[in-house]
Amino acid sequence: MKIKVIINNQNMELDVAYDEFLADTLRRYGFLSVKKGCDTGSCGLCTVWVDDKPVLSCATLSVRINGKKITTIEGVQKEAKEFAEYLVNEGAEQCGFCSPGFIMTVLAMKRELQNPTVEEITHYLTGNLCRCTGYMGQLRAVKKYLGVV
Amino acid sequence: MLTIKDYVLPKTLEEAYTILNLNKNNAILGGCAFLRLGSKQIETAIDLSDLALKYINEKDNQIEIGAMTTLREIETSPVLQKKFSGILPESVKNVGGVQLRNIVTVGGTVYSRYGFSDLNTALLSLDTDVVLHRKGRISLEEFLEKGAQKDILEKIIIRKTKCQASFKMMRNSAADYAILNVAVSKNDNDWKIAVGARPQRAKIAKEAGKYLAGSKKTNEEIEEAAVIATKELAFGSNTRGSKEYRESICKVLVKRAIMEVI
Amino acid sequence: MYRVYGAAKGCQKILGGSVKMRVINKAIPKIDGIDIATGKAVYTDDLSSNNALVIKILRSPHAFARIKSINTERAQEVPGVECILTYKDVPGVRFTLAGQSYPEPSPYDRLILDEYVRYVGDEVAIIAAVDEKTALKALKLVEVEYEVFEPVLDFEEAEGHPSIVHTEDDIHLNMDIGMNREKNIASSYKLEIGDVDSELAESDIIVEKTYYTQAQAHAMMETYRAFSYLDHNGRLTIVSSTQIPFHVRGIVARALQIPQSKVRVIKPRIGGGFGGKQTASVEIFPALVTLKTGKPAKIIYDRKETFSSTTSRHAMRITVKLGADKEGNIKAIDMQALSDTGAYGEHAPTVFSVAGHKTLPLYNKAQAVRYMGNVVYTNKMPAGALRGYGVTQGTFALESAINELAAELNMDPVVIREKNIIKEGETNPILEGSKDGNPAALESCALESCIKKGKELIRWHEKYPRKVISDTKVRGVGMAITMQGSGIGGIDTASAVIKLNNDGFYTLLLGSTDMGTGSDTILAQIAAEVLDTTMDRIIIHAADTDISPYDTGSYASSTAYVTGNAVIKAAEDMRKKIVGSGAKLLGLSEKEVEFDGEFIKNINGKQKLSLNELAQRLISGEGKNQLIGMGTFGGETSPPPFVAGFAEVEVDKETGKIDLINYVAVVDCGTVINPNLARIQAEGGLVQGIGLAMYEDVQYSERGKMNSNTFMQYKIPCRKDIGKITVSFESSYEPTGPFGAKSIGEVVINTPAPAIANAVYNAVGVNVRKLPITPEKVLKGIMELISE
Repeated sequence: MKIKVIINNQNMELDVAYDEFLADTLRRYGFLSVKKGCDTGSCGLCTVWVDDKPVLSCATLSVRINGKKITTIEGVQKEAKEFAEYLVNEGAEQCGFCSPGFIMTVLAMKRELQNPTVEEITHYLTGNLCRCTGYMGQLRAVKKYLGVV
Repeated sequence: MLTIKDYVLPKTLEEAYTILNLNKNNAILGGCAFLRLGSKQIETAIDLSDLALKYINEKDNQIEIGAMTTLREIETSPVLQKKFSGILPESVKNVGGVQLRNIVTVGGTVYSRYGFSDLNTALLSLDTDVVLHRKGRISLEEFLEKGAQKDILEKIIIRKTKCQASFKMMRNSAADYAILNVAVSKNDNDWKIAVGARPQRAKIAKEAGKYLAGSKKTNEEIEEAAVIATKELAFGSNTRGSKEYRESICKVLVKRAIMEVI
Repeated sequence: MYRVYGAAKGCQKILGGSVKMRVINKAIPKIDGIDIATGKAVYTDDLSSNNALVIKILRSPHAFARIKSINTERAQEVPGVECILTYKDVPGVRFTLAGQSYPEPSPYDRLILDEYVRYVGDEVAIIAAVDEKTALKALKLVEVEYEVFEPVLDFEEAEGHPSIVHTEDDIHLNMDIGMNREKNIASSYKLEIGDVDSELAESDIIVEKTYYTQAQAHAMMETYRAFSYLDHNGRLTIVSSTQIPFHVRGIVARALQIPQSKVRVIKPRIGGGFGGKQTASVEIFPALVTLKTGKPAKIIYDRKETFSSTTSRHAMRITVKLGADKEGNIKAIDMQALSDTGAYGEHAPTVFSVAGHKTLPLYNKAQAVRYMGNVVYTNKMPAGALRGYGVTQGTFALESAINELAAELNMDPVVIREKNIIKEGETNPILEGSKDGNPAALESCALESCIKKGKELIRWHEKYPRKVISDTKVRGVGMAITMQGSGIGGIDTASAVIKLNNDGFYTLLLGSTDMGTGSDTILAQIAAEVLDTTMDRIIIHAADTDISPYDTGSYASSTAYVTGNAVIKAAEDMRKKIVGSGAKLLGLSEKEVEFDGEFIKNINGKQKLSLNELAQRLISGEGKNQLIGMGTFGGETSPPPFVAGFAEVEVDKETGKIDLINYVAVVDCGTVINPNLARIQAEGGLVQGIGLAMYEDVQYSERGKMNSNTFMQYKIPCRKDIGKITVSFESSYEPTGPFGAKSIGEVVINTPAPAIANAVYNAVGVNVRKLPITPEKVLKGIMELISE
């Protein structure tokens, strides 16, 4: 089925199978930042924005995004890099495989939450697993990025 | 691996219902987060996205939640955060991450009657009905017991009361499913104690509710009510916990939930 | 300025911290950090060809069976299917998938595909097709008839079980590992120093307890994957997310019976490894398909296959018997162990022996110690290397037993350590590098100050043993210590090559594999320090077996220490050559010039040559001498890093729920080459250890099917599960290490399980001796205490 979408502010027409999920479609069309870490909606690696909300692209049927706006980290490079610098300065960027999804959630959180507490930050980011860093360095980076004391 | 041969976006519930019943392998799409885990071979997938079923409407006597409303919308709804002591947002907030809750729908959760569901337990402790396209409006309690055949859940309706409520659950890892969940509500002296993830689907402990209503709610009586609830409900074992463990913590969580409501 | 030639290292020891280093011990940002964070396409699947055949594996539904017949005809007919391979199509030479230096101690006990399947998930057929859907469709059409056997599932019943997991008589062993195949014993081992039985007999107090550590999954975020193709010379090229490119080359060559010269292995960025990718779980499949079809092929394991058809940590049972006097002086330690290697023996003998070798030296005051037991085959997924590599298992048992001894003596667990632990300068015959009658000395050890610092950070004196928070909540603190190694002494080696390029920048060629740890960055730091240059002038290349110098790979906590030392040698070699050729161009003798990183100049600085100019002239017709520095290193010893870990937990007495409130780890990894990266290594390892302690458990059904094969069922810690973690460093100086450094990667995973168990005990009096420490086990213990 042909669907019309806006990916990273570009109008695109995609040809997708009915049972294809967005993560696979995006990778097929070259958005290789989108990673998959599980098959069960548990890890958050595949997080992208659909109409500006973070969703699991591995659990979103591609046909259902017809007419919608998709944002991957390729579409917010400047902002992503700004946060990535905080992350890297903490040393909290390890294997990097979970980072695009993690950063998309952090940037969504920045838009959604006003002056979040540490608890609210942790809650918002819980759906993003990381096996390398132990999360503490990520939290330090997020706090510095958002100016949370 | 989930396969889908055809896909439709009906314009009316009736149309969706008709298509659903054309073929036994036709299916309604909820959020798809769980649907995709199986190896279901769907003939026609029916997407309700065009039916305006994404809403949380507060009316005079009731709150209506559309089937396509996401768990994240429940979690962040100002209405639901205030009503029913906020147990609905409380119950969904540990379901996966934000990105999952932005997908998972109320309709998919309730209609599938998942045993592990936290939301269903919370809803059951309230005065909740489900509205099915064919069968019409029935109580959630009846629905959870009997389920439905090839029907479509349109919305749920929660009667507005001044009830106090509490939701308790036990998880090991915070991102795991609950080993047990409990919701207790009190409307005047009408007590409802719902227990889910036993690991079977949520049920109301009626005897315990009655006993509590008739008691003075001393600490001993509250503990007794928790014991009665544990006795009248059935528990089972799975990888998350044994039957015995569930029984032990049922007493504790019920007791704590009652204490919080009093 | 960097002072060259070996003596430099000694100087720094003498001068203590007074030698100012420019790049070492600085929190340099990870060189690849920004690019991988922002989603650049640098991982294996990002680089694979869209035209590659997609491979799917048909797996055994039975824990133990023989393939009576296998029919692929219908599957072959599916349009788009390129090839289907069964055990009839593969070489009959056994090998191991364990990435170890030749001769590998792991038994050669597997074939690519075998007539026998030995666990649920074992490979039955390889299907290659134009796309995934087609491959899966064909997979369903392969008809297999099995003769099903009674499986060996309980590792405690494996020895002498009526079923024999490996009935074949062509298992090849490179050395005697104590295999007794008919009894399902893959390996057996015994180490004894002194007379344990008589020391125990003379001890005032004996504590004897049995501990169980579970199988653990690596759960790296990037699942196993590789792709392959034939290059323009008809050579097989494999691109793989691996920790061990050189070992993969050897394993693939042996399995496919082709010369190593026909194989090239390239490692791009790796999305986490944790030892999992020290076993070559997937590379052979695309390699075989490419050889058979001549076409590019790729395999990507889904999460379920990653959980259930690769490797996990060896589950172990360890009975510890301690003898001590009334003052808490430990006289004898006896550890009797049993390890479950599953269906194949990857890393079986070495993980086993290390569990004793890298725990017992901690308590070197003991007169006699023994570590012995068997590794058994069972019909479950094979075990393999996982961060900690047996030490994690041994540490849980030994440290828990020490804590129980302390409780028995009514002694603070900190005090019993202070009395008994090994100290810098002391010797122990079990330390790596020991020879008969000549025990190795511990040249760097800050364990004592790690314990002291940890005590302060957790505020032990206020919190030990417990604080009552409310009617239902109690907090307790607990502790444990650990050591590991730095590389494998006398066996593993690494080489490094540095090229001076036209423009005066360097390329550092490595065979080590940064799997996210930041090793590329710290190795560049080491080179930059020696060459008196800045990070931007060092380009790292790793790893490609056609280009990189040999390195055994990144495992066994080796990269900072072993490869780091090779980099020092290579960089010093380069310095020497720069000085030599610079002097020549200046018309001076070597003694008259020095190199400050930018200029080669004479003592008064009047005659000088920039590095840039030197490089240009050397590659031109004038110089005809491209400079290449080269170094190889292999340690004779394996200097242990140390950690003292302290846990504070809050226990709900009514539900058994444990909340980890605080975890403090004080680490001695020698000189900290990069404080930020070392901190994250520590925090990450601790959380993996917390997972082992509280949440993670590889579980099987009664028929041997793995139940915990998704992230829904197998819970790695999420960010709400870990409380507050505090990491601190107490530096020692390891004279054999690069700038005094030792390893950090593995040692950090070991303390959480015993420290948390100890904290739970101190809170509510319950000893959980079988991991993970779940609320259910804690509550059961509390109930038992009440009923007593």
